Amino acid sequence: MGAPALQLDSPVKMAVRGLTVRYGEAAALHEVTLDVPERRVTALIGPSGCGKSTFLRCLNRMNDTIRGVRITGEVTLDGENIYGPDVDPVELRRRVGMVFQRSNPFPKSIFDNVAFGPRIHGVKDPVALREIVERGLRQAALWEEIEDRLDSSALDLSGGQQQRLCIARALAVEPDVLLMDEPASALDPIATAKIEEHIQELKETYTIVIVTHNMQQAARVSDFTAYFYLGRLIEFGPTDRVFTNPTKQETEDYITGRFG
Amino acid sequence: MSSNYRRRRLVERIMFGATGLATGFTVGILIFLLGFLVYQGGSSLSLDFFTHLPTPVGEAGGGMANALVGSAKLLFVAALIGIPLGFFGGVYLAEFGRGPLAFTIRYAADVLNGVPSIVIGVTVYGMVVVPVGHFSTLAGGLALGLIMVPVTLRTTEEFLRLVPTSLREGSLALGAPKWVTIVRVVIPAGLRGVMAGVLLSLARVAGETAPLLFTSFGNRFWSEGWLQPTASLPVMIFTYAVSPYDDWHRQAWAAALVLLLLVLGSNVLARLILQRGQGLRRAS
Repeated sequence: MGAPALQLDSPVKMAVRGLTVRYGEAAALHEVTLDVPERRVTALIGPSGCGKSTFLRCLNRMNDTIRGVRITGEVTLDGENIYGPDVDPVELRRRVGMVFQRSNPFPKSIFDNVAFGPRIHGVKDPVALREIVERGLRQAALWEEIEDRLDSSALDLSGGQQQRLCIARALAVEPDVLLMDEPASALDPIATAKIEEHIQELKETYTIVIVTHNMQQAARVSDFTAYFYLGRLIEFGPTDRVFTNPTKQETEDYITGRFG
Repeated sequence: MSSNYRRRRLVERIMFGATGLATGFTVGILIFLLGFLVYQGGSSLSLDFFTHLPTPVGEAGGGMANALVGSAKLLFVAALIGIPLGFFGGVYLAEFGRGPLAFTIRYAADVLNGVPSIVIGVTVYGMVVVPVGHFSTLAGGLALGLIMVPVTLRTTEEFLRLVPTSLREGSLALGAPKWVTIVRVVIPAGLRGVMAGVLLSLARVAGETAPLLFTSFGNRFWSEGWLQPTASLPVMIFTYAVSPYDDWHRQAWAAALVLLLLVLGSNVLARLILQRGQGLRRAS
């Protein structure tokens, strides 16, 4: 498959080499090789079942929790193989955060949701916790809306607010990389616009990998785009080029809406 | 109007009537039971009933204070045995329960759940009462506790399984180890259901009579500590109801009424606990 002979304008944060994922006998990903550039937004696009979510879940070893998954190949974070024998997936996930397709706030207060990560990683000081919570909520552009009701249940928030709360919760553990699995697919256009807007701010600090079904969204928010089809990486390059001048016929068919 | 339509409407009315009748009948049984108990035992239900010891044979009046306290003590021992075993077993099954071991535990729990309570009673009699040489609260509580284990285990498992996978993943993705996820996310999210289940299993064993007949036996007086035979509501009902005295019959009815109200109360409480939790589950 395609070599990563890509001129990136930024250092490589995560490097994926020959990644193959099998669920039982069926392979969900074939020999994917790709570089995730630091402090950039990388979008993964492709039709349903193309393996983009599976790929994303390999980057924080979330697939480890599913039975019968076999993963071969190499994924590095800052040069270190995250599937190496002495890597603790729990520690890895602190560095590689994740936001899910469906918002999944814990049935706790807003404050306790955001403080959950820092608390389990040992932050006990209430003043420090408060600062972390406020910073996380500000980064997720949620602070102004809920600052006076941090103690109310997270489940009373609207769908878009819940998703931004989940982003705040992920940011509160200060990861290096933020994985987003279709974070706006269940949201209305206004909430989506808010999330897209702050993805632009977040990339100044974080490396972001985002799975999306929405090609306009990929074009709007990302610097690099990877197109997956049937478990293979078909094309990967700067978003402008992929959308205006794709090198592969499959990519062109997909982004012009001829299928998928 | 076509004949087809008329026929459909007729069938609909008959079926509607039948389901309504069945519903009414079910509710009716409960209301009848309550009414009958009030009619038969209401007159004996006085303050004395709750505060006095049984009177000697032939003397009217008296109460069942010792049986009430005895039942409470039996349930306490049963909860001490049944809740931890069932709860932790349920957590294991829900969170780690795969493979042949879990299958065996689940299967054993279901079989144990179907074992007649008198068999549990006779087992405790043979293994505890006979070697020790006397009946006791502990032996009775042990029998009730064993009956509770499979019920608590399976309800804990069921309610923890209802906690969405997305919550577990959300916690794991924040770098929480599995045990932290279980203790701080899964169990709190499913706790209301587990509590309701525990309450229902307590209500169930509160009315068990057979296993108590030869474990805690009975007692006309206060039972001190945990190692003496003790009175309990169900056994008291049994003893009084088969006795030849009218006054005892009335007291048996009163005790039955108290027992039924306790069970009914726990059921209502369990339902309230679950309903308050519903809001949380629906939104997630």
